[in-house]
Amino acid sequence: MKFKRAAFAAPLAATLMSVPAVAADYKIDTENAHAAISFRIKHLGFSWLTGRFDKFTGTFSYDEKNPDASKVKVDIDTASVDTNLALRDKHLRAADLLDTDNFPKATFESTSIKTTAPGKAVVTGNLTLHGVTKQISFNAEHVGGGKDPWGGYRDGFTGTTELTLADFGIKRDLGPAAKTVELTLDLEGVRQ
Amino acid sequence: MLIRDTSEGYGLISRLFHWLMAVVIVAMFILGVWMVGLDYYSPYYNSAPDIHRSVGMILLFALILRWLWRIGNPKPTDEDLSPLERKASWGVHWGFYVLLFALLVSGYLISTADGDPISVFGWFDVPSVVQARGLETPAGKIHRILAYATIALAVVHSLAALKHHFFDKSTVLTRMWSGPNQSSEKDRHE
Repeated sequence: MKFKRAAFAAPLAATLMSVPAVAADYKIDTENAHAAISFRIKHLGFSWLTGRFDKFTGTFSYDEKNPDASKVKVDIDTASVDTNLALRDKHLRAADLLDTDNFPKATFESTSIKTTAPGKAVVTGNLTLHGVTKQISFNAEHVGGGKDPWGGYRDGFTGTTELTLADFGIKRDLGPAAKTVELTLDLEGVRQ
Repeated sequence: MLIRDTSEGYGLISRLFHWLMAVVIVAMFILGVWMVGLDYYSPYYNSAPDIHRSVGMILLFALILRWLWRIGNPKPTDEDLSPLERKASWGVHWGFYVLLFALLVSGYLISTADGDPISVFGWFDVPSVVQARGLETPAGKIHRILAYATIALAVVHSLAALKHHFFDKSTVLTRMWSGPNQSSEKDRHE
């Protein structure tokens, strides 16, 4: 009986797997902060200054079998910028930098994902920042995934890209070493 | 030379408060407008705001002392003003106290929003009392509006003083400069 059932189940499973797999949808776990949007920029060319956007939400879909079909979308509250110094954060929100009154939201939405090595991919998409939408690419990596201890299922990724501030219409001169900023997304999602 | 105010006019302490704070407040406004436009590579990028913050904290203490001195002294007469002018001058004078207090507190909140104290010229620290995420940005906007409002009120106040001096031949301006004795003596001799 057991063999029979297995014999029956095996082709069924194979059939299911051969069907173009439907990617699972994930909600990024911002509620419990297992996700972060951080950036770093050179200060005078002497050191790295790091900061975060503390408020954001997002979703992604991920299919282990066909990672290139995955998608990711993140909405960032630009006023939630935090560099651990209120005066600097105030300036970052001001009109000559992020201008968060006029551009309170930044978004990233992927348009294509290309696997480059097992667990690694280039995630290309449109970033809207400071009212300017531009195509950018993250070097992304699947960090891990599986059942969590509380009955859910999670997958996590990290991705880094480099932005030129002037490309997004941010003209404030922060010095020759600070034309670009590194942006890192660390995203853990809970399967819905 | 009178130290305290009388019903005739202002004593030395009130006059010092008035003119010193007037000069410092105007200078702070100019410094403030100038420093927010500084380039990151300006040598004054860090020192100008430090001076602005330090002077601001001293102004806050001075304003509180001045208010205590005001309520603890007789109010010089303003009976040569019309009832409307008297109301307006009451509004302008107390408007200054309210505006300046709000202006100084809003400035304090910008710098202390994330818990950092304000160092007053390195002499002592004024600790942070209120911390709230992102407070620095609304506090900054309010600070800017109040600064312009204060200067606008100062212009009204100055024009009114000049009007009383030149058109009404009133002693309000001279008694604020040289005290009550001279003018009241002069009045008596006339």
